[in-house]
Amino acid sequence: MITFTLNGRKVETDAPPSARLLDVIRDEYLLIGTKEGCGEGECGACSIFVNNLLQNSCLIPIGSIEGAEIVTIEGIMESDQFKILDESYSEAGGVQCGYCIPGMVMASAALLAQNPHPSEAEIREGISGNLCRCTGYNMIVDAINLAAKKGDGLWQKK
Amino acid sequence: MNLKDISTSVPKKDHKGKVSGQLAYISDLKVENMVFGVLYRSPIAYGKIKSIQVPDLPLGYEVVGAEDIPGPNYVKIIKEDQPIFANEWVNYIGEPILMLVGKDLDILYGLLEKVKIEWEEYQAIFTLEEAIKQKAAPGVTMANYEFGESLEIISAIEQGAHQIIEEEYDTGYQEHVYLEPQGMLAIYKDDEIVVQGSMQCLYYIKNALITALDCGDDDVRVVQSPTGGGFGGKEEFPSMMACHVAVAAKAVKKSVMLVFDRSEDMVVTTKRHPAKLKYRTALDKEGNILSMCVEVYLDGGANVGLSSVVLQRALLNSAGVYKIPHFHAKGYVLKTHTVPNGAFRGFGAPQSFAGIESHIGHLSKRANIDPLEYKRKYLVKQGDPTITKGNFRDPILMEEMIEDLLNTTDYKKKKVEFQTFNHHNQRYKKGIGTSLFLHGCGFTGSGERDHIKATVKLFKSKDDLVSLKISNSDMGQGIYTTLSKIVAKELDLPYEKVSYPYPDTKEVPDSGPTVASRTTMIVGKLLERAAKKLKAQWQNGVEQEVTENYVHREMIPWNELTFTGDAYPAYSWGVNFVEVEVDTLTGNVKLENVYANYEVGKVIDDRVMKGQIDGGLAQGLAYGYLEKMTSKEGRIQQKSITDYGPPTSMDVVSIQSKVFDNPYADGPYGAKGAGELTLIGGAPAVQAAIEDALQTPFQQIPITPEVIIESLWLREGEEG
Repeated sequence: MITFTLNGRKVETDAPPSARLLDVIRDEYLLIGTKEGCGEGECGACSIFVNNLLQNSCLIPIGSIEGAEIVTIEGIMESDQFKILDESYSEAGGVQCGYCIPGMVMASAALLAQNPHPSEAEIREGISGNLCRCTGYNMIVDAINLAAKKGDGLWQKK
Repeated sequence: MNLKDISTSVPKKDHKGKVSGQLAYISDLKVENMVFGVLYRSPIAYGKIKSIQVPDLPLGYEVVGAEDIPGPNYVKIIKEDQPIFANEWVNYIGEPILMLVGKDLDILYGLLEKVKIEWEEYQAIFTLEEAIKQKAAPGVTMANYEFGESLEIISAIEQGAHQIIEEEYDTGYQEHVYLEPQGMLAIYKDDEIVVQGSMQCLYYIKNALITALDCGDDDVRVVQSPTGGGFGGKEEFPSMMACHVAVAAKAVKKSVMLVFDRSEDMVVTTKRHPAKLKYRTALDKEGNILSMCVEVYLDGGANVGLSSVVLQRALLNSAGVYKIPHFHAKGYVLKTHTVPNGAFRGFGAPQSFAGIESHIGHLSKRANIDPLEYKRKYLVKQGDPTITKGNFRDPILMEEMIEDLLNTTDYKKKKVEFQTFNHHNQRYKKGIGTSLFLHGCGFTGSGERDHIKATVKLFKSKDDLVSLKISNSDMGQGIYTTLSKIVAKELDLPYEKVSYPYPDTKEVPDSGPTVASRTTMIVGKLLERAAKKLKAQWQNGVEQEVTENYVHREMIPWNELTFTGDAYPAYSWGVNFVEVEVDTLTGNVKLENVYANYEVGKVIDDRVMKGQIDGGLAQGLAYGYLEKMTSKEGRIQQKSITDYGPPTSMDVVSIQSKVFDNPYADGPYGAKGAGELTLIGGAPAVQAAIEDALQTPFQQIPITPEVIIESLWLREGEEG
């Protein structure tokens, strides 16, 4: 039995220790916002926070997260930070097919929490582990830039 | 909807569900009594199956194969050459032979490894080069066309010419890498099979199912799930998956889900056709073009699929945007025992534009004229004939678009600056390149009239809410927003009162597939007309429905046999300028500045259009220097995204783009097609920029670091 915190709630799973965190999140807790794009840690569609760090959930065996704090997109959906990101992605036109977007939003939140006023180059680096095939990234970069401005002062407090 | 200008952006209809991740894609669905399917695929490229041995299956696990198909064993596309489950011959590595179904995927994968098949293996054709050598052998040429000036006349011109230049140009595979892998679910019910999944073309799938299941129109129903990117990769390929899950669901009487993981998706799904293009051009003393012959060879892979149509578009674009005197072209789709190639944004045009822009660029060097200046001498103008004796009847703004970019980039000054920079720098070299291109909007020739026959409906409820009843897929390109907006504006209704539910063939007529840059122009126009009709009959508080059917505007009739007439009703246009810096030590290419001007009639939504520009151009640029996929003895070598190398946020730069207004009478608010156009100019512009930096011609894309280093070594050898 493995115990961890999922979106602020203590949970227990009897999934085998080798099961991927991604599958446990999706199949056992029915949280569909974490997507599978490659299963090899290359695309970032399954990005989540493990103890506040951005990680690919497809690479994490459930056995390794005993006691950890896991946050998925569902866990930040009600936050003020998410509202700013939601608005900024809409305004900048950063969403097309949408499949990479929850992961991209998690990466955006992680970047801004660490660096509330990133330069364009820092934004590009911050999302370089998240692939998008529709947008060519520029409108996502714009969205993050906009979120940094709109949410000024909001990103530092965790 | 009170918008002064239709182009003013509005919020996207599907934004909320997507940004929060709560919109369910096909792999997010779970239905009652659902099992998974996995496919046993051919490990050999070409051979005859002698026997199939399936291991003992645990309770609840079953095998499904060719004998379970109620109808004929082929996926209905154009020709009947693609089996649903191969049961006699296999023609490529990865061809589906049977499916195992059951509850647990790990158990299914374990069982797959125990399937044993005995073969009689035959000598396969693995490369396009080999297929070209054998093109006269039975079955190798799957389609071919030839048209243009008579070869006698060209031969006479060539005899009097100062010089004849021959070039060969190669383009590689391109993989779609939609972020959502392919997925399809067949929901089993007593009286019908519902097939739901990631797709671009609902009625292609429905028609394939009616044939495969040998059933009536009401026995199958196709529903689109939110689709995580298509780019053509979900045009014809999903029809095969739909047949797999539907046949399986019927056989095992359960709902069957088939979702590919990334490596399976990369290895077995259709790709952009690798091509070889040959140019033979007669020049006079000053380097002016007297005549040109082009040959296009496409690697079709193991079956023809849509390749003949892709070849048509490749040929129709073989002269680029130029009026070439005495032009002749022919082309072939050739069979190789490799994964079948198919639709990909641009549909044959990207190969042709890469080739012709490269060739014209090289000819300009011989004439000692700046490439852009040389290209402009041959640029088509309004009223000029097309290479198929059609007509460019609408205004062409290319000259304005070029002039604008010459000013924006300060082209002449930049050329001099780069020369100075390159003179003083041994390792890094800068270059600027241009591409000029067009895209024929909609289906080729009379396809809309003869094959598609689109119908759209608008339904108004008692509470005066209007919904679009069409079969087109939003796969991220934004038609939920743009088509809803056209209807809302036309009806003068708030945008929120117009909805566009995910299409379901039980509810919507066939408004055609979501392909060929036709949706906004053709379906959008039909919706505009339907909205006008509804407005005229509008009665508050009453349920109403209106229908509109496609009406063909007769031009110069298209004849597919002689390849003459108007191939397209309208054309969209583009100009790209690209600046690069090349590291001659590593061969790495860095994009520095990218400029893009387009003309798509009238933009329906500025933000959606910008999304098409940035995303399409990123794919097009990467096709020219970054994305490389190869096949070795019939096996795709790149099985992961990183092996293949689509651009990351670090590879692209901000794009300065502008769209010119030039309303088109038969498009809604004047709109033409835009989705494919934006990809086409990327590769040729990046090639021209690399050539400008290194002062070395290339005869292929992608121009990877290896290609650059090899060409620099070769040049050193020649010079040394």
